[in-house]
Amino acid sequence: MPKAVMKRPHDESCSLLEIRKLRIEATSYSPGGAPQNTVIVDDVSLKLEKGRVLGLIGESGAGKSTIGLASMGYGRGGVRITGGEVLLNGRNILAGGVQGLRKVRGNKVCYVAQSAAAAFNPALRLMEQVIESALLHRVATRAEAERRAMALFKKLGLPNPETIGRRYPHQVSGGQLQRVMTAMALCSEPDLIVFDEPTTALDVTTQIDVLAAIKDAIRDTGVAALYITHDLAVVAQVSDEIMVLRHGKMVEHGETRQIIEAPRMDYTKALVSIRSIEHEEKKPTTKPLLSVRNIIAGYGGGAVKVLQDVSVDVRPGQTLAVVGESGSGKSTLARVITGLLPPLSGSITFAGRTLTPRLADRSRDDLRELQMIYQMADVAMNPRQTVGTIIGRPLEFYFGMRGCERNARVAELLEEIEMGKGFVDRYPAELSGGQKQRVCIARALAAKPKLIICDEVTSALDPLVADGILKLLLRLQKIEEVAYLFITHDLATVKAIADSIAVMYRGKVVRYGPKTEVLTPPFDAYTDLLLSSAPEIELGWLENAIKGRRMESAGN
Amino acid sequence: MSVSSAPLAKGRRRIPIGAAIGLFFIGLFLFAATFAPLISPHPLGEIVGDVWMPMSGEHWFGTDNLGRDLLSRMIYGARTTILIAAAATALSFTLGSILGFTAAVVGGWFDMTMSRFVDLLMSIPTLIFGLVVLSVLPSNVVTLILVMGTLDSTRVYRLSRAVAADINAMDFVEAAKLRGEDRAWIIFREILPNALSPLVSELGLRFIFAVLFLSALSFLGLGVQPPQADWGGMVKENKDGIVFGISAALIPAGAIAALAISVNLVADWILNRTTSLRGGRGNA
Repeated sequence: MPKAVMKRPHDESCSLLEIRKLRIEATSYSPGGAPQNTVIVDDVSLKLEKGRVLGLIGESGAGKSTIGLASMGYGRGGVRITGGEVLLNGRNILAGGVQGLRKVRGNKVCYVAQSAAAAFNPALRLMEQVIESALLHRVATRAEAERRAMALFKKLGLPNPETIGRRYPHQVSGGQLQRVMTAMALCSEPDLIVFDEPTTALDVTTQIDVLAAIKDAIRDTGVAALYITHDLAVVAQVSDEIMVLRHGKMVEHGETRQIIEAPRMDYTKALVSIRSIEHEEKKPTTKPLLSVRNIIAGYGGGAVKVLQDVSVDVRPGQTLAVVGESGSGKSTLARVITGLLPPLSGSITFAGRTLTPRLADRSRDDLRELQMIYQMADVAMNPRQTVGTIIGRPLEFYFGMRGCERNARVAELLEEIEMGKGFVDRYPAELSGGQKQRVCIARALAAKPKLIICDEVTSALDPLVADGILKLLLRLQKIEEVAYLFITHDLATVKAIADSIAVMYRGKVVRYGPKTEVLTPPFDAYTDLLLSSAPEIELGWLENAIKGRRMESAGN
Repeated sequence: MSVSSAPLAKGRRRIPIGAAIGLFFIGLFLFAATFAPLISPHPLGEIVGDVWMPMSGEHWFGTDNLGRDLLSRMIYGARTTILIAAAATALSFTLGSILGFTAAVVGGWFDMTMSRFVDLLMSIPTLIFGLVVLSVLPSNVVTLILVMGTLDSTRVYRLSRAVAADINAMDFVEAAKLRGEDRAWIIFREILPNALSPLVSELGLRFIFAVLFLSALSFLGLGVQPPQADWGGMVKENKDGIVFGISAALIPAGAIAALAISVNLVADWILNRTTSLRGGRGNA
């Protein structure tokens, strides 16, 4: 391979990676119909110099991962690269056949996947997997590779860099595993690394560590990188230039500063100005709707205490946001309030009545007035029921509505969630992610509840879609006078919609009060960490945030 | 509704060749079973000629070990075999799936007791268990169906409990519980529709096992009693002829095989049409 490069010396000055007019297609076989060709990526060209980082950003289905994988000549599950060239060091890797690709992958180009937990072989020690490609491509002897890996572990800030390689994947945390995966990609000293949403599955407080580690490693090794993400704030921290994609086409490409400070296209403007939701904080009223007092709850008969002495109030028609990283007990709190997990001690008062700890003992009115919306809308709806059945069932169940009356109300609710009547006969599989969540909202509203528990309702959605859902929730709150208990790990969401905030850390409420009070310094150490970890669309934010930190994240 | 129903309807009309063959044979057997007295050339027990006469225009399949018309006995045999197998399968499915779903939804001691009891039943080989029970009980069609259905239901219980336990953990079931729905709704409206695909494929298999089980029992002399005809019993009656090069035993054996394969072909096709767990309409 070096020969080929030497034959064409003019390529030396050329870019490290150049993609020319890339076109990627897939064939889908729909029931009954003829096979259909779908164009996933259409006419995308890019250039990447040595040592530069290009951020690929877009919502799901934009083709960003597909482009990332195409830079290694790989098409996922039946996807075909049907046009264009991928030039690595001036050589078209698509023309090299399987043998040529094999020499490129894991050697010249490495890949960091979104879910490190799923990408590691659970049966092998980390070190084996980290040095595997270096050994396979004979770029280093085992001893050299291990030395290099340890140096990388150290550089990436992993604890015990000498011994962590002897652990198995399940013995390190998610954030650490993602860093080990970065070490794995760097170990064979590639020219290019493709990062495919490496921090999306992590908590904000962990994400910031991983981001900083990745950024340092890229700078120190001088490797070029494609950084794929849907989060503009994240990509603004690590990349030199940004390419915005939508529906497989390029929308805008430019220097990071230009994209975030002076976007040219409307779509980019929308991405940048996201979460600019107007919401006026309501003053706390005297009488709370839901009052949770001194709840202690846990699993295994109290062997593991997940909630320790939690007390919060939700006021009628207002929003309480419960914030914290995973493992902080947010969702357990929701399970206790709904009655799915009876607490060990403590009491819950709802609309003046004391709620029984167990779901089975609650009256139908208690159940009706307290509804829940889930994070994963697609598993929260029965895939064998139509939208009409899903929304109509609470109407039948709580109000005994039948026939025309029920259908009219379903149509009304569909109108309220900004979906038309045409959706009544659709199955959940025939809806988009945002539409699914809207149907779940309608199902909750159908019961005419006083309180809706929203468990991470926007975290599985694309930013623009999530924005729409949040706006809808706020609008519905005005119309229906419903209160929300909003569980989230995303501070931007909290700032956008909350009236009061409870910050949870390891099962305890560490800070609680009206929004402005909670978000005004002085902060306690954890709230400070949480607030400073939420990425902002701003150059140099990462460095400042790391500098200003007072405590380490829990690393869950 | 923008998902047009026209191509779907078209897809529904086009039946794959395997399924078509399966449907043809099943249809043929069912026709024979339903109209047995009308279409069979001779009565069930009538001796019409010599022992083991070869195939001829008079007797299409020849005659059996007592000189009875083999075709007529095949037609009456279809009736007994399919009736007993279908009834036993229906019983095993009703019993097994309802108990299995209930165990998964209720959980706790009910699940524990049921599952261990089923383990106990399954630890004894089915055929031996069946032989012991049938040799004690009076030998008639109802007993046969009850014994076969109950023994088979342990397998169905296992499958449906496993499938339901998976579905029971999904958020939409939790949502139904939070709504206050009772167990019947959760079992029949939330879980059952989503558990149908594995159950339908199992239905085809279990029906075949029922046919084979019945045939084995009859072959051993504990199933359908003479002069009643069933395919397994007919293999037994004519098996001695094989030594003399007489094919009479192969005809009922072939019918059992044809039925088994046909039902599986159709079950595969139905399964294919309904596998999509995500979609409500299923794939082609």
